[in-house]
Order: sequence, then C-alpha cells, then structure tokens
Amino acid sequence: MEHILSGIALFLIILSTGGFIVYIIRQNNSVFRYAYWVLFTGFLFQTLFLVYRYIALGTVPVINLKMSLAFFAWSIIGAYLLFQVKFRLMVLGSFVAPVAAFFMILSSALPHLPDTVPPVLKGIWLLLHVIPMFLGDGIFAIAFVSSVMYLVQERQIKRKTRGTLFKRLPSLETLDSINHYSLVYGFPLITIGMITGAAYAQAVLGSYWRWDPKEVWSLVTWICYAILLHERLAVGWQGRRSAIMSIFCFMMLIFTFLGGGILLDSYHSFGDFGGGTKLP
Amino acid sequence: MISIINIGMNHQSAPVELRECLSGDKVGPAEILELMRKSEFISECIFISTCNRVETICTATDPDQAEKVIIDLMAQAGTMPVERLRSHMYLHKDMDAVRHIFRVAASLDSMVVGEPQILGQVKEAFRLAAVKERSTGVILNRLMHKTFQVAKRVRTETGISETAVSISYAAVELAKKIFYGLEGRVALLIGAGEMAELAAKHLVCNGITELNIVNRSFERAVELAGSIGGKAALFDEMEEQLVKADIVISSTAATNYIITADMIKNILRKRKNRTLFLIDIAVPRDIEPKVNSLENCFLYDIDDLKEVVNENSTQRMQEALRAERIIEEEVIKFGNWLSTLDVVPTIVLLKEKVEEIRRAELRRSMSQLQGLTGEQIEAIETLTLSMAEKMVNDPILALKNISSRASKDSFIDITKRLFNLDKEKT
Repeated sequence: MEHILSGIALFLIILSTGGFIVYIIRQNNSVFRYAYWVLFTGFLFQTLFLVYRYIALGTVPVINLKMSLAFFAWSIIGAYLLFQVKFRLMVLGSFVAPVAAFFMILSSALPHLPDTVPPVLKGIWLLLHVIPMFLGDGIFAIAFVSSVMYLVQERQIKRKTRGTLFKRLPSLETLDSINHYSLVYGFPLITIGMITGAAYAQAVLGSYWRWDPKEVWSLVTWICYAILLHERLAVGWQGRRSAIMSIFCFMMLIFTFLGGGILLDSYHSFGDFGGGTKLP
Repeated sequence: MISIINIGMNHQSAPVELRECLSGDKVGPAEILELMRKSEFISECIFISTCNRVETICTATDPDQAEKVIIDLMAQAGTMPVERLRSHMYLHKDMDAVRHIFRVAASLDSMVVGEPQILGQVKEAFRLAAVKERSTGVILNRLMHKTFQVAKRVRTETGISETAVSISYAAVELAKKIFYGLEGRVALLIGAGEMAELAAKHLVCNGITELNIVNRSFERAVELAGSIGGKAALFDEMEEQLVKADIVISSTAATNYIITADMIKNILRKRKNRTLFLIDIAVPRDIEPKVNSLENCFLYDIDDLKEVVNENSTQRMQEALRAERIIEEEVIKFGNWLSTLDVVPTIVLLKEKVEEIRRAELRRSMSQLQGLTGEQIEAIETLTLSMAEKMVNDPILALKNISSRASKDSFIDITKRLFNLDKEKT
C-alpha cells in the first residue's frame, strides 16, 4: 500500500515538474494549470503516504534518511502551494517543482530499510520537534529558490542582456518580497522546532543541550537566518545582498540536514542509512 | 441604410490639453454613452477614452446628423467651442471606420506602436457599452468581437508586440521588471527634453502615481508639469527628490555628470537601499555610468535602450506591413458580412411571400382533398414546403453572395421587381 502511494506521488510530482518546465518554455497558461493540479494531486498522495506511514510506525516518518527526504520534499511542495495562493506567481513552480522532485527521486533511490523504531522516537515530542522544523525548512527552500531567481533576473537587468528568462521571470521586487515573506514565516517555525527539540532532549535524554554536532550546526544555521532576518528588518537589506545570504543560509541548512544525518557522528544521525538511531 | 461612424481624436490629431478635457475627469464615459443613446440619430455606440485617444464608434441611419450630435455632445462634455473641437477630430465612415478600430485595437495607431495595453482598454470600453450601458447591438457586437480577433491575430501572427520597443516603452517594460507594479511609484524627470517628456507620459499612462519635474529653468518645469500632470520642483531640490523617487529619467543639456556615483551612494543610504531605476537619455550623459554597479541601483543610458530599439527597427517595419495586410483582409471580410445585412430585408420579404402563396394554395386545395388521413396531409405539407424552399433557395444564395455594393443594390432592385415584393407591402 505504501509503495503504491509513494509511487503514485513520485510519478505525479515528476510529471508536474515536466509540465512546469514546458510551461516556462512555452508560456502557456493551460499547461501551468495542468502542472499545478498534477502537483497538487501528487502532494495529496504524498500526504496520504506520510499519514499511512505515521500510523504504521506509530511516529513521524523521519527515522531514516529515506523517510526524511520524502518528508522534506512534501514540506517544500506544501510551502510552494501556500505561496502560490498568496502570490499567484506561476513561474515559481517551474523552479520549485524540480527541487522537490530532486529530493523525491533521491529518497526513492535509497534502499528500503526495516522499520525499527526505538522507543525514544515515539511519542508527541518528536512530532512537536519535527513538524515545525520541516515546515520551516520547506519555506526556506522557497526563499532559496526565489533568491536564485532574483540573482538571475538581477544579472540580466544589470548586464542589459535581456535574454529569454528576462521575459519569463517576474519583477525583482516580487522575488524579493517572496524572500522576505519566507523568512518571516519560516524563522518562527524553525525557532519553535529548536525549542521543542531542546525540551525533547531534556525529557528523553536528560539535558537540553549536548554539544552534539547536529545541534551545533543547527544552531549555526539558525544564527545565520537570524542575522539575515535582522539585517532585512532592522538595517534594510534588500535585493542582491539578502538573496546571496539566503542562498548561503540554505546551503548551511542542507549541510546540517544531510551532513548532520550522514557524515557527522551524532545521535541525530541516520547511521549507515540505517534504520536504527544511534543513541549514547 | 445603416452606416458605421467613427469620430475622435488621438495623440496625433489633438494636443494633450484638448484630450484631457474629454478624458473622463469631468464627464465619465458612462455618462457620455447615456447621452448618445438618448439621441434618436444614433442606434448603437461605444466610447473609448485612454490617455492617448478619445473616440466613439457608432451606427446610424443618418450619418451627417449623427456626426453633428456627437460633436455637439463632446463639445458640451468638454466645455469647449464646437469649431475648435472639430478642427482636431477625425471622422471615418463605414469601412474606414472599421479599419480604424481594427488598427487601434491592434496597436498600430498607438503612440508606441505595438504596445499591448490598448487592447485591454478597448475591451474595457466595449464591456462598459455592451454590458453596463447596453448601448450596442448586432453590428457593433459583431464588429468588436471581430476587432478583438483581429488584434489577437496581429499579435500572434506578427512580431509587432514583441518588438514594440521605443525608448519609452523599453523604459516602462524595464521598470515593470524591477518593481512589482508602477502603481504608487514616484517618478522624477530631470530636464525637460522632448523624449523625456514622451517617456514620462508613457509612465503616467502606465500608472505612476506621482511625477516630479526638476529643471534648470523653473518656468519650463512648471509649464511641463502643467501639460503632463506633475509637480515642478527647483533644481536645487534634486537630491531631496532623488530620495523620494523610484524611477528617474534624466535628459538635461549639461556637459558633465550631474548625478555622480558618490551622490547616489549617499542617497541610497538615505532611502534605506530602496531600489532606484535611473534612465539617462541625455547626450552627453547626465549620470555617471558607475552608478549601475551600485547595489539596488539600475542605470540604463540611451545606448542601452537604443540597442533594444535598433535590434528591431527594420524588422518592425516589416511586421507593421504584415499587420496592415491582416487588417485589410479582415476589413474586407467584415465588409462582406455587413453587406449581407442589406439583403436581409429583401430575403425576408421573399420568404414571406413564398410562404404566403404556399399557404393560400394549400388552403384552397384542401377543400377538394377531403378524406385524406393525417399522415397524408402531413406529407402534402412537407412536399409543398420543400418545393417552395427549393425554388427560392438559389436566388437567396445568389443575393447573399454578391460582394460589391453597387451590384448588390441593382440585384435587390431586380429581385424586388421580379417577385413583386414592393407592391406586396403596400
């Protein structure tokens, strides 16, 4: 059942990515509508899949890298759908869908592992920690994508090249305000995730902070975003500088997400892509 | 016979002061439509008013009277003497009117040829007339739908809208890629050259909210502010104005840079890094080129803009030619449809006459055909009906297919005489 659900979700998301790419080339609104609804349907299937997994495992399905990537892709698409409602910026999909599809494919390429859930990973705490964290990450992915779009468009305007993308990309101000809103919405979410994470550690492991590599990197990433938000709101950073910073922050986030999960020796890590979580 | 009449003025035929009087500040388009509808000489009407044109298209049985009514009405609406208005207006009748409205909607008659906004404005005008005021009928509905089709054809089949890049258009297009929209933006005009004026006008048409003008001669600034609807400021106030502005168009006759990179750096700090778009159309240049490398600052000079224009200018001529050809084609098609309207009354008369004969004859024969079953009566009914229809079918088709107007009139005349249609009526 779960294979069917995730298979359909993967297929629909890749299909819609194709649609979004056709849309940006052909600029045909009906292509966009198809791609959008296919993506929406794919999102629903992915939601069903995650709910199914949640019920089967008895906990949030993020206990290994495969699951985490699938959940990450889901939150990126979710964030995109929310932004689409607010900004109605059709071309954003052409940039977000490939990113989501990339993580979906990565997730599906990883080997399937037995679902052994250690008891620490059960219960309400993991939910409270993981859900805001992932939603925040999904929204930051939008900030990243809009920053890349910003830099591309800015370069075209500055260099006076006015290539094919010039026509298709929206105005700089639109992209900058997407960046702004994603920070404003995403930052409180990861802050909540960090706080509940600390409380979770206290409840389960007996201390709020253990200097675990993933904890440290998460804090560094959080500080980077805090700086960016501060500069934007208080100092008046705009445009190029905050786009670059936003891309840098997202790189940190991905490093923490993947690196913290694979490379670093951490109790957060997924082991050798293993099902079990190493615990001290 | 119904005529289509088009009366109006555009950016070529009338100065801005005159167009302004009718641009809807004093009397709205809805009120003008209502007044026109009240006239017995006008049967259908549409009123188009944009910042570059004010015109009406209507149908009337007596075009001379209708023309007089419309001009009187416009003079009244704009509170100006009829003679003055008349000297700045153009009048098109029938196929010329059709051609004109096609060209307007296809943006061939625009100040910036190929700019895409005009189609939306014409559609809006039609919507007002057709939906809200209900002042259109068979002919104008058909004409306007055809107009939108023609505009679409021109847009998709020629590159005219893609290459619609004069300096001012390019400036507006760029501004739209930098800012979310032009509504609420402040533009600053430095110097009062003709091209800068045109660009500023185009910005105003595209929704700029505030336009400030600084010029070495304050008098000229005030004069220009009056004619395009902005505010004049002293030349010494330029820095203050730069802090407020989002879009700057500079065109002074200064021989060295009047805006330097250091100056803009300073100003950017004061405006908290808000994006600034500068267009320098002066030769020699007014703005130091280094300004473009400042963050959140975009500088385009005349060469940058011209490059875009030159790229397309020869191609644009050809595209315009192709667009005119499409319009000619469509004018002929519409003319054919319109002239079928002339034969419609004759065809109706002919059909009525045949049907009457058929009924009369049937009634007479029925008395001798008693004892027939219902089915048989029905068969006779069908038989006579199809005989009658087939007999007049070819004449009707022939009438519908005549293309030239002159031969049409004689054909109608012959038909009426052959079938004795006129006497029938009396």
